[in-house]
Amino acid sequence: MPAIPADRRPWILLTPALLFITALVVIPMAFILVYSFYENIDLAVDVPAFQFGNWQDLLSDSYYHTAIWKTLRLSVIVTVLAAVLGYIPAYVIAMTKYRHKWLLLLLLILPFWVSFIIRTLSWIHIFGNQGALNGLLNLLGLGDLEVQLMYTEFTVIVGFIHVFLPYMILNVYVSLEGIDPNLEPAARTLGATPWQAFREVTLPLSLPGLAAGSLLVFVLTGGSYVTPLILGGPSDFLFGNLVYDAVVTELNWPMGATLSFALLLLLGSVVILYSRFMGMDQLAKAFGR
Amino acid sequence: MARVELKSVRKSFGAVVAVQGADVVFEEGSFTTLLGPSGCGKTTILRMISGLETPTDGDILIGGKRINDVPIHKRNLGLVFQNYALFPHRTIGENIAFGLKYRDVAKADMARKVTEALDIVRLPGVEDRYPSQLSGGQQQRIALARAIVIEPDVLLLDEPLSALDANLREEMRVELKAIQDRIGVTSIFVTHDQSEALAMSDRIIVMSAGRIEQIGAPDEVYNRPVSEFVANFLGASNLLDAQVISRDREHVVLETAEFGRTPVPLSHAASLGDGPAAKLMIRAEKLTLAPVGQGGATAKVENVDYQGQLARYFLRVGDTPMQAMNMIDGKPFATGETVSLLLNPDACAALPPKTGAS
Repeated sequence: MPAIPADRRPWILLTPALLFITALVVIPMAFILVYSFYENIDLAVDVPAFQFGNWQDLLSDSYYHTAIWKTLRLSVIVTVLAAVLGYIPAYVIAMTKYRHKWLLLLLLILPFWVSFIIRTLSWIHIFGNQGALNGLLNLLGLGDLEVQLMYTEFTVIVGFIHVFLPYMILNVYVSLEGIDPNLEPAARTLGATPWQAFREVTLPLSLPGLAAGSLLVFVLTGGSYVTPLILGGPSDFLFGNLVYDAVVTELNWPMGATLSFALLLLLGSVVILYSRFMGMDQLAKAFGR
Repeated sequence: MARVELKSVRKSFGAVVAVQGADVVFEEGSFTTLLGPSGCGKTTILRMISGLETPTDGDILIGGKRINDVPIHKRNLGLVFQNYALFPHRTIGENIAFGLKYRDVAKADMARKVTEALDIVRLPGVEDRYPSQLSGGQQQRIALARAIVIEPDVLLLDEPLSALDANLREEMRVELKAIQDRIGVTSIFVTHDQSEALAMSDRIIVMSAGRIEQIGAPDEVYNRPVSEFVANFLGASNLLDAQVISRDREHVVLETAEFGRTPVPLSHAASLGDGPAAKLMIRAEKLTLAPVGQGGATAKVENVDYQGQLARYFLRVGDTPMQAMNMIDGKPFATGETVSLLLNPDACAALPPKTGAS
């Protein structure tokens, strides 16, 4: 085999992935960008053009701004809750001396065996008017309360956490698992209480996993539309739902294309800003051996 | 600085007994080594003193106070780990100052103490670097600095040299001992390396299978082992089946098939019981090879391991394999040669015969 110059090897290894991404992501997204300049003159009737009407609508119509605000707000709420709720099980799994740790990890992956739509729909049977929660309240003689939880922002958040929590747990778990188990004892012998040792050593060292998990949950939440569609009320829509409405309901593909591309720009800039300000390269330096 | 005392300390993990009834005193300012193969319980003892494990039974005293129930962070101990356990996200300066934060040390004093600690371990000026930017030996020095800067009552060293390569290990061994001499802290050192134990310790505690086999000064443990295990674990030994022929006030006379009657000094027969059976222990370096016809046993050289100034001979006396280590004076003996094997009775020890269990 002829020797390949060392500096070209990474590119050769990357080629299949790059071809794949170009064919399936970059080129289709380019079509969508082009489509966003077309003009929709009637239901499902688009005229090729180069005009900024759709983009002007996006920038001027406060309906879209509300959707952007709602999306960012809900994504932040879901991310923070997932981070707090996910860190604890991740810590338990990483630190346990239980011999069958793989079983705990399997439990984490188990939900992925059921379709995400079905998992989301299952909440209707829990929170619905005839659902398990109200049934339980009835049994306890509190039936007249008739708690209305379904189709609210609360159910949407629960639905998101339910679906995205494993991503957070797995990311945090991996970074906790990589921490030298002697570090906490070292901090303890130097005089730190268990809580101080956790705060000074384990928590900062697990930040890369927490950051990666948070980014993943944020982007996944920000881009979804099915969960609010199933679990939310009329006002619980995200930006993704506008894309769905424009394309499927209004058959206005140029506007749908504009909104899609705007969402991509929005989430893309969050990712870029995030990795800038989280100082992840600083942490990478500390671990670089 | 403080004296450490273990009183009938026992530790079991479920059905597995890791340490059975250890009674030991670590004198103030001494350097004591816990020596033994892996799984012998030496690390468990260290972890119990540090508080990372709780004894199943018995008491641990530091400076006369029972500390079984004192949490780790209140014990004021310095612990150095085999893998250094430096905080990778903190600079060297922050690593060393870590323990000072939890003690009432003023900011200005803190910087001075960090500088002093770095001087002691001879790595001045690396405060602002990160652990990953230092070599293994340097990281271990920092770990030591971090442990001694808090002026601990006891310095616990858990195989601190075994991750280093051979040359560095010997250099660090000398330096570690010098630092301990200088600051005079009571030190407990865990290792499976007999040469580290012999070179550094005031006292060695030899352990096997959760039991303390022998406690003594290095030369005592080396020259007068009390069990076959100790004789084999430290240095190269020959152990021959022997019969007790007679005893007087100074000697016990053992008879072996290979060497006939050998009078062993009583001080080298402390653990020998009253029975007629015994083992005669001869250190490999105390057996001298000589041209055949000079008395002693007649042996055949089966193999020679040439080590420069030394040669290690694998011999056979009758059916018994033996080994000897001699300085080379001129030309070493060659494989196949027949030689006379001479022993010095004063350098031998009498041990009890191996009992069933151990």
